[in-house]
Amino acid sequence: MLTPVTDTDGAPFWEYAAQGELRVQACADCGELRFPPRPCCPHCQSFAAEWRLTSGRGRVWSYVVPHPPLLPDYAAQAPYNVVMVELEETPRIRLVGNLVSRAGASLDSLDPERVRIGARVRVVFPEGGLPQWVLA
Amino acid sequence: MTVAGLKDATAIVGIGQTAFAKRLPEDEKTLACRAVLAALDDAGIAPGEVDGLASYTMEETDEVELAKAVGFGDLTFFSKVPYGGGGSCATVAHLAGAIASGQASVGVAWRSRKRGSGPRPWTNTTVQLPTPAQWTRPFGLLRPADEIAMLARRYMHEYGATRDHLFNVALACRNRANQNPAAVMYERPLTREMYMTSRWISEPLCLFDNCLETDGALACVLVSKERARDCAKKPVYVHSVAQGLPAQHHGMVNYWNDDPLTGPAWTAARQLWKHADFTADDVDVAQIYDAFTALVPLSLEGYGFCGRGEGGAFTEQGALEIGGRLPLNTSGGGLSEAYVHGFNLINEGVKQLRGTSTAQVPGAATCLVTAGEGVPTSALLLRS
Repeated sequence: MLTPVTDTDGAPFWEYAAQGELRVQACADCGELRFPPRPCCPHCQSFAAEWRLTSGRGRVWSYVVPHPPLLPDYAAQAPYNVVMVELEETPRIRLVGNLVSRAGASLDSLDPERVRIGARVRVVFPEGGLPQWVLA
Repeated sequence: MTVAGLKDATAIVGIGQTAFAKRLPEDEKTLACRAVLAALDDAGIAPGEVDGLASYTMEETDEVELAKAVGFGDLTFFSKVPYGGGGSCATVAHLAGAIASGQASVGVAWRSRKRGSGPRPWTNTTVQLPTPAQWTRPFGLLRPADEIAMLARRYMHEYGATRDHLFNVALACRNRANQNPAAVMYERPLTREMYMTSRWISEPLCLFDNCLETDGALACVLVSKERARDCAKKPVYVHSVAQGLPAQHHGMVNYWNDDPLTGPAWTAARQLWKHADFTADDVDVAQIYDAFTALVPLSLEGYGFCGRGEGGAFTEQGALEIGGRLPLNTSGGGLSEAYVHGFNLINEGVKQLRGTSTAQVPGAATCLVTAGEGVPTSALLLRS
């Protein structure tokens, strides 16, 4: 499976996720949330940033169900879902992820028929893995 | 000079292409040379007169290799537009600007690809991952088809667009390819049953919602309107040009701005129409970038052929067929002629306005050509 190749801007996201926290970059001056992370605020041009803890709750904005040809590790689990979740507190902040049956379950652990746009979801953090989403 | 000063100041006077196939024996550089020489021959201009070049990224044949191989003169203008298929029309736009402002006199744009027999860019994860793709690829959103399917699903949910609407797009392209002996899908009709029962690639997109995988190359030649009058073929004037990269846009995964369903087409369109003498209502034929069927309804809305959310319904009742409101991709497009990163759409626009298309729209005098939607894009209005 692919793992994120982090950069200076994005590294804190993955470090917080490894600690079981879903945090999003925010401007330390005007407070505007932004994603993906970047060096300065597009609203006020400040370079001061902080990482704000989110509720970890959201809704499915859209989803796809990929079928092969895919990279081998993914083909082995296909068809699986990839969801885009908009966060409850700021719908404009959307995160790509997978909706699974429970933390640590495989990408294909939830029947794609159960995925719906608008479904309420919450983030879970499998040991040593990427953040995942489960139906709330 | 204002952008409006480009209006009809230059013309495409030569087009050329190689054969299109799943697998061609020659390499990309050789194919590029053949297409460029064919375009210059079509224009009746010697290679030594070329002094301007424009291409777009993901092009393996670079300027110096092409110039040496085919014998260009001293080059005084060259540019390469980023974002892959979004740059196709911008090559012509850059040449038009260079020629109109005196930086060059004969410009060539080209695209050569071995996408049918070559590697898939998305499988090269060492290149892909150390980019913003870190936010998508690890979760299995691996291919361009997956990225666009995400927008397509939301679009269908929000506006009631259906798979039948996407089929209308695929069918119009296939029907035109069936009239075009150069098309990969010549003599291979598509039916609704074939479409609805085909395998999924990334739900909600099926096999026939995806472009072809093609080897081939194309090129075109631009000169000033004054010089165009002396060329062998009927000039096709570059009436208006535009590029578009919307605020807070984010590559093909355009999920992180306020309104992901109004993509680069909307931005390019505002610029395109601002300097045009006519409107979408006056466009006789359109060549709209169709790497995926779902890009077409979005583009129909973006370029102003219908209102927001009406792109699906616009495709009904044969609107995209010959004789319909807006004949689409009359060579077969990327879905059914060849996927050469959209360059075949430019050359087909020229053929329509010369009156030499294999699926000629009677009396066509205006044509919209667009580049990849979803990525930072570009567009042309051509007129005869």
